Amino acid sequence: MNDNGTNTAMNASPNLLAPASDLKRRYRTDKWFQRIGLGAIALSLAFIALLFFHIVREGHSAFVRANIMLDIDFAEKHFVKENLAAADYTALVKQALTEAFPEVVDRRDKRQLFSLLSSGAAYQLRDMVLANPRLIGTRQQVWLPADDDVDMLQKGKIDRNLPEENRRINDRQLSWLDTLASQGRLETQFNTAFFTGGDSREPELAGVLGAVKGTMLTLAITLMLSFPVGVAAAIYLEEFAPQNRWTDLIEVNINNLAAVPSIIFGLLGLAVFINFFGLPRSTPIVGGLVLALLTLPTIIIAGRAALKSVPPSIREAALGIGASKMQTVVHHVLPLALPGMLTGTIIGMAHALGETAPLLMIGMVAFIADVPGSIGDPAAVLPVQIYLWADSPERGFTEKTSAAIIILLAFLMTMNSLAIYLRKRFEIKW
Amino acid sequence: MNVSHLVAAAGLTILMAGPAMAARDYISIVGSSTVYPFATVVAEQYGKSSGAKTPKIESTGTGGGFKLFCGGVGVDHPDISNASRAIKESEMKACADNGVKEIVEVKIGYDGIVLANAKAAPEFKVSRKDIFLALAKEVPDPKDPAKLIANPYKTWKEINAELPDSKIEVLGPPPTSGTRDAFVELVMEVGAEKIDSLKAMKKADAKAFAKVFQTIREDGAYVEAGENDNLIVQKLQANPKAMGIFGFSFLDQNADVIKGSVIDGKGPSYEAIADGSYPVSRPLFFYVKKAHVEVIPGIKGFLAEFTNDKAWGKDGYLADKGLIAMPDAERKQMAEVVSKLTPMAMK
Repeated sequence: MNDNGTNTAMNASPNLLAPASDLKRRYRTDKWFQRIGLGAIALSLAFIALLFFHIVREGHSAFVRANIMLDIDFAEKHFVKENLAAADYTALVKQALTEAFPEVVDRRDKRQLFSLLSSGAAYQLRDMVLANPRLIGTRQQVWLPADDDVDMLQKGKIDRNLPEENRRINDRQLSWLDTLASQGRLETQFNTAFFTGGDSREPELAGVLGAVKGTMLTLAITLMLSFPVGVAAAIYLEEFAPQNRWTDLIEVNINNLAAVPSIIFGLLGLAVFINFFGLPRSTPIVGGLVLALLTLPTIIIAGRAALKSVPPSIREAALGIGASKMQTVVHHVLPLALPGMLTGTIIGMAHALGETAPLLMIGMVAFIADVPGSIGDPAAVLPVQIYLWADSPERGFTEKTSAAIIILLAFLMTMNSLAIYLRKRFEIKW
Repeated sequence: MNVSHLVAAAGLTILMAGPAMAARDYISIVGSSTVYPFATVVAEQYGKSSGAKTPKIESTGTGGGFKLFCGGVGVDHPDISNASRAIKESEMKACADNGVKEIVEVKIGYDGIVLANAKAAPEFKVSRKDIFLALAKEVPDPKDPAKLIANPYKTWKEINAELPDSKIEVLGPPPTSGTRDAFVELVMEVGAEKIDSLKAMKKADAKAFAKVFQTIREDGAYVEAGENDNLIVQKLQANPKAMGIFGFSFLDQNADVIKGSVIDGKGPSYEAIADGSYPVSRPLFFYVKKAHVEVIPGIKGFLAEFTNDKAWGKDGYLADKGLIAMPDAERKQMAEVVSKLTPMAMK
């Protein structure tokens, strides 16, 4: 028999004992498919690694800051007024700098000398004196924040070998800085201000605490609203609602709502919460309400899927021994579905954590320097902070942007690990 | 049940939070993204030195700012609107219709718009006519100036033999930006007027002329780079052939990697913008709602901080951030307007 004949015969009635002639080809396809799948995973991992590498490389330097140590003379003559906060602390800084460089006398030169220190230095001294008035009359060595240009120079982001007119730090300032460095008075130290401060327009003073707290408050509102409402809606739709045209309509609408662009929710929030209910703009309460609307569909869909995956035998057994419908759901079905619901919630919250578009409409994309204390105070959230810093002209904000991204990722990971922990605790195997 | 407790708690929080937030104890500012970097510095200084709450500043763009500002009088509406152009008559009317009758106009200084490229690239010396010819969607046919044709120029050299033989590639702001409005008005319009056939057209049909200078080409020579000027600076470094359009403060902060082009014989320096010889500069403003000054705490203090020579003066901290200070006499006059809160004449 020729080959052709064999094939036709086999197609008609396959011989299960003799190996098929295209077996090799099938194995090959199999192998290729696996390789492609593996390649896809490797590629996405490579991209993630690249992203992390880039962000960490750009952002790690924001966790340290150039500080200058000065001998501050808290002489009593500066504190004659009743109000300690109103004393001229800038004068203290200027005096200390003049003492350190007595040869600088010209007014223009002095201005350049004073510009080596951040404008935050005077406020740091004020806070020190207010916290401990006994400092008055003493001499202290104090580490004060350097200007962002000095900071950039210390971190090698300004090339000191460039011609003078192309640098933001001129040759005289360089020589002063070299003197300070040789005396051990110029160091890069851990940047606590980045973790304890609110937003600032000076890169060396800017911190993420305001944004982190704003994010926490906003997400707390979101979670408090969307989780109970979402779970209740899912339970009703899955366990109690009759199957009719209305529930079908609601289901289709919920699924569509999950795909609505997030800025639409912002417009809704603006119209309903701000213009109609008169809630204040730029506050976590409005942000949380808008993000709750955004996450609701995700939570409902995930919640229903989790309820569906509970085996019917559990329900039947509970009903069989005389439990009411409500008891069946609350005592038996819900605990089993809860891990799945938590997964859905965490996906929704992660989505909400990264949103800026809806917040734009309700005024949360704003410069807010004070750390918010309650849900009624104006606040920014982390993604908004990243966006605002990325758009600032000062060079120092480039590294701050990446550092804020690192904080956002850390926030996300903490949230996710908490959810995984909770899920593991509630998980029941059957 | 646990869940119902949560729902009740959430509902209660909202109900209780409502009345507590009726009053506002911080200043609310909206408006131009060009003024934003300056207003924020003043706000921060004011907040730190006075111990009061730091004003909240939203960057909504000039037009968007006026829309909110003119929404009405009351704590729900902003107190101050920043603007990179003077208020329009239509906006003033909208304000008056909503009861915002007394507005104080404060000019704070000047801003230059620069055409810049990478430090490594050759310096550009262009006229506004060159820029118009490079960026307009339709330009007069070189053979028959009365006819408009789709922009045929691919390189700068084709426009002006003295310019480098590199591809026209300009990164600039999108139409929603105030910088774009100012660029169109100060560069494209003036450039178009320098061409005889278009000048004649302006006389005959002003609307058609406006369409010619306002329409920027869309064939890839002009790239809308979004509102993020930092991104443009980074792209210029990566691509020395490209040019970028943005505010002077970004050139000032990044003078080690980019340089401004000479436009009509003048380079963009602080001095040239201050004395008005650099052609592409515009005044910056903010507008204060007089009815709010006595109601919202801190407005007077904020205004005093802003109009202090330590802030907007020649050696002030705003100058360090790239704001071009006004001449002494003008500053003095403005400071007086602010201290007396003289409202502008409503049209």
